[in-house]
Amino acid sequence: MGRIQRLRTLFYTKQLSMRDYYTALLARIQSAPGNAFISFFDDEVATAIDYLSQQDPNRFTGFGIPLGIKDNMCLANQPVTCASKLLAGYRSPYTATAVQYMIDQGFVPVGRLNMDEFAMGSANEYSVYGPVDNPWNPDAVSGGSSGGSAAAVAAGLVPAALGSDTGGSIRQPAAFCGVVGLKPTYGRVSRYGLVAFASSLDQIGPFAQYVDDVAIMLDTLCGFDPQDATSVKRPDECFSDGFEWASLHGIRVGVPNELMTSGQADVNAAIRRTLSQMESHGAIIDYVDFKYFDEALATYYIIAPAEASSNLSRFDGVRYGYRDTSATTLKDMMAATRSTGFGDEVKRRIILGTYVLSSGYYDAFYGKAQRVRGIVTKRYADLFKQYDIICSPTAPTTAFKKGEHTNDPLAMYLSDIATIPVNLAGLPAISLPCGRDSAGMPVGMQLVAPWFQEKLLLNTAYCVEQLVGFTPLVSDDVVLGQ
Amino acid sequence: MTFEAVIGLEIHAQLSTASKLFCRASTQGGAPNTQVSPVSLGLPGALPVLNKEAVRLAIMAGLAVKGRIQERSVFARKNYFYPDLPKGYQISQFEYPICLGGEIVLPVSQKTIRITRIHMEEDAGKLNHIGADGIAGATGSVVDLNRAGVPLIEVVSEPDIRTPQEAREYMERVHELFVFIGVCDGDLDKGSFRCDANVSIRPIGETAFGTRTEVKNLNSFRSVERAITYEIKRQIQVVQSGDVVRQYTMNYDDATGQTTPLRSKENAHDYRYFPDPDLKPLVVTSDQIAAIAQKMGELPDDMALRYQRDLALPEHDIMVYRQSPALYRFFEKARSFLQVATPGDMSKWVVGELSALMKEQSVDLNDKLATELARLIDVCKEGTISTQMIKDILPQIINGKTVAQALESGGGQISNQDDLMTVVAAVMADNPDVVAKIKNGKVASANFLMGQVMKQTQGRAKPDTVRDLILHACQNV
Repeated sequence: MGRIQRLRTLFYTKQLSMRDYYTALLARIQSAPGNAFISFFDDEVATAIDYLSQQDPNRFTGFGIPLGIKDNMCLANQPVTCASKLLAGYRSPYTATAVQYMIDQGFVPVGRLNMDEFAMGSANEYSVYGPVDNPWNPDAVSGGSSGGSAAAVAAGLVPAALGSDTGGSIRQPAAFCGVVGLKPTYGRVSRYGLVAFASSLDQIGPFAQYVDDVAIMLDTLCGFDPQDATSVKRPDECFSDGFEWASLHGIRVGVPNELMTSGQADVNAAIRRTLSQMESHGAIIDYVDFKYFDEALATYYIIAPAEASSNLSRFDGVRYGYRDTSATTLKDMMAATRSTGFGDEVKRRIILGTYVLSSGYYDAFYGKAQRVRGIVTKRYADLFKQYDIICSPTAPTTAFKKGEHTNDPLAMYLSDIATIPVNLAGLPAISLPCGRDSAGMPVGMQLVAPWFQEKLLLNTAYCVEQLVGFTPLVSDDVVLGQ
Repeated sequence: MTFEAVIGLEIHAQLSTASKLFCRASTQGGAPNTQVSPVSLGLPGALPVLNKEAVRLAIMAGLAVKGRIQERSVFARKNYFYPDLPKGYQISQFEYPICLGGEIVLPVSQKTIRITRIHMEEDAGKLNHIGADGIAGATGSVVDLNRAGVPLIEVVSEPDIRTPQEAREYMERVHELFVFIGVCDGDLDKGSFRCDANVSIRPIGETAFGTRTEVKNLNSFRSVERAITYEIKRQIQVVQSGDVVRQYTMNYDDATGQTTPLRSKENAHDYRYFPDPDLKPLVVTSDQIAAIAQKMGELPDDMALRYQRDLALPEHDIMVYRQSPALYRFFEKARSFLQVATPGDMSKWVVGELSALMKEQSVDLNDKLATELARLIDVCKEGTISTQMIKDILPQIINGKTVAQALESGGGQISNQDDLMTVVAAVMADNPDVVAKIKNGKVASANFLMGQVMKQTQGRAKPDTVRDLILHACQNV
């Protein structure tokens, strides 16, 4: 049983006082090291507990479950800064749809989680709040961009957290921190109220320690939203039911050769070990050339910055957030605000994106990238004619040391080689821990399923989880684990 | 050397929707920044959702100019920084607009002006300058985002226009058409209908185009004509002085009637258009287009032809209906209730007296009024009342009375028995033979005497009183 079900049962049966629990929880997470949380919603938590204690617990999937929110999702009357100086002082007047769905099901947002600025980064080192420690080793990065979300769950600060994934920003930190992270199919979860990085790639998804926790969260998160034109209407599905019957028998698993030869040796070894366990439980393992990883990476670094350069145009110092007051003219004010308000990585991508969309370069870059995106998508569609699941390491390495790649953007970008093509194709994918490397750092395995096959994805992940028997860093959350 | 001008217009028409193009905020305006939502404010995380009604109206506009509605069109982002543009980009159709082709035929010359395309886009907000009318001399500027996100269509013409007068006629014709079919309220003062003009000159006989300038900020028919006239003169002077016309964006100042350079081609924005990833391509099926066409009703040209041919209405009446679709629709309704009179009989009252009254008071052109007006015109045609009485009774039925009630309560009616008796006596004296018939029991002959009384009182006599008086008097003869 996962942490969400366990805690919910304790509240249901009144074995545990919600009020006492939250008093202890807030005290502990507010003093926790690691820099995962940025701020806390003390007043809102108190209000939520008062409300929930009057309610019938059976009506709430996430009755009283603490939830951490990445700092790029809006919650009414709360700051949302995307870990950027540019949004300093801004408070959202409205709540993101996905966050609202969680609240409606009894989840209790407890605070905002650290991230890479505007979700651009793979180490959570590009944050105005400073880097997030990897709970397994404070000298290592948490991964990014949803580093705070992954670290908070790994350290037991919360049983559930939300992140967003544009090129691996949920899966890669989940892998680095030894937790489970799911990126749903594009369109499955509303993006309304998620501060956009790259609109055609962004997707909100859950973090938790166990697969069934993530499934419960997905049950709540997904659903059509009339306020998001890219959200998709789907028949109702329950993802958290039926794990007991899940089986790997006959599941055809394709493993891209390219991702099994290039990365860290003990990462690949952990994946191979897991694959052979899967095979011995009935899965059919097959190695295949994906062929387009390099092209996908290049394509991503055209499309994502192009969309970002436009999405981030609204941060101009005119209406909200930070304004550089040193300038005397409007144009200078906007330029100065953006120059001193954005961090280097964000500026790097805005410049890249502006360049590729420029008149005369559009076809050579953006137009071509869209065509390659089509080819990558088609490649997955073809692979899914042969395989039910595509499986690989989530990242080529385990969590690297802080500062190791900070000044080498290309090395940092390569960290997302396995995750990026999935976003280009809009597929659902999960990362779950499948062992540790020689230094004891967790290794993540990525499973990718066809569009909207989250049920298959979660069932498969659940089976793998059972086979691996990974031992989390903490046995339970910071309160119950005492 | 004599020159001719080559002119193309880009007309921006606001679509008559209740809410904005991509959110539910109202289009009705109000105190600054009250008609806004997270979407139209460009707040972090807000996403656009396309207004279906705006699509319907844009398709109507395309059909009305006989354009080809595109089953697939794409919204793109036009990126530039300006304080009235809250997202840092405008959502507009670029490569794939909702409508391609089309034409407008000018009324007098019957010249055809071809239309290149119609695309949908959102309006920007508005800057209000403190301490001065314009940005020059202002001590500060504040942003009002009530207009931000208001739905527009841009109608781009081919460079088929040759004179400022043609430009004006074209703009008037498009305006009339869009207001008639109800896609735009046409309020020029509120900026619901405005245009930019692309102007170039070339020696007569030359077929290549000269370098064009784009004149912005044309908010009235008059200013289109004046601005283009000025710009043509300016360009001719430039060429005659041995210089060349430069590709500038020009601003038109209505106060001075002059155009002045705003920015050169070198300083033109690079808008970095790309498909908006927040919006899927807009797909409309041919069935949907057909359904919209069917519901759209008659176009003004078809109306004019029909009225001329079938109803023989005078040119003036038709012109009034062209420009007042509300009056047109009312006339169509009201004339369907006529039993005796002809549509022509009714039309002169609709475009005359009723139209005049509408300028003085608010008139609800509802079905009841249509029924009563038809009754009134019929009663007049029957000779029961005079045209003078129509004038008297019309305001009463506008205010809710029926024709019967108006006649009874005496709207200018003579019901005093003594006054009427004088007329009745005179009529009887003039028609002794009729009086004799009545006396002999031919009561129906009283109608003739009644008609005579009505004539002499210009239809003001109260009919049943007159009848009683005649019958009573005949018995006493």
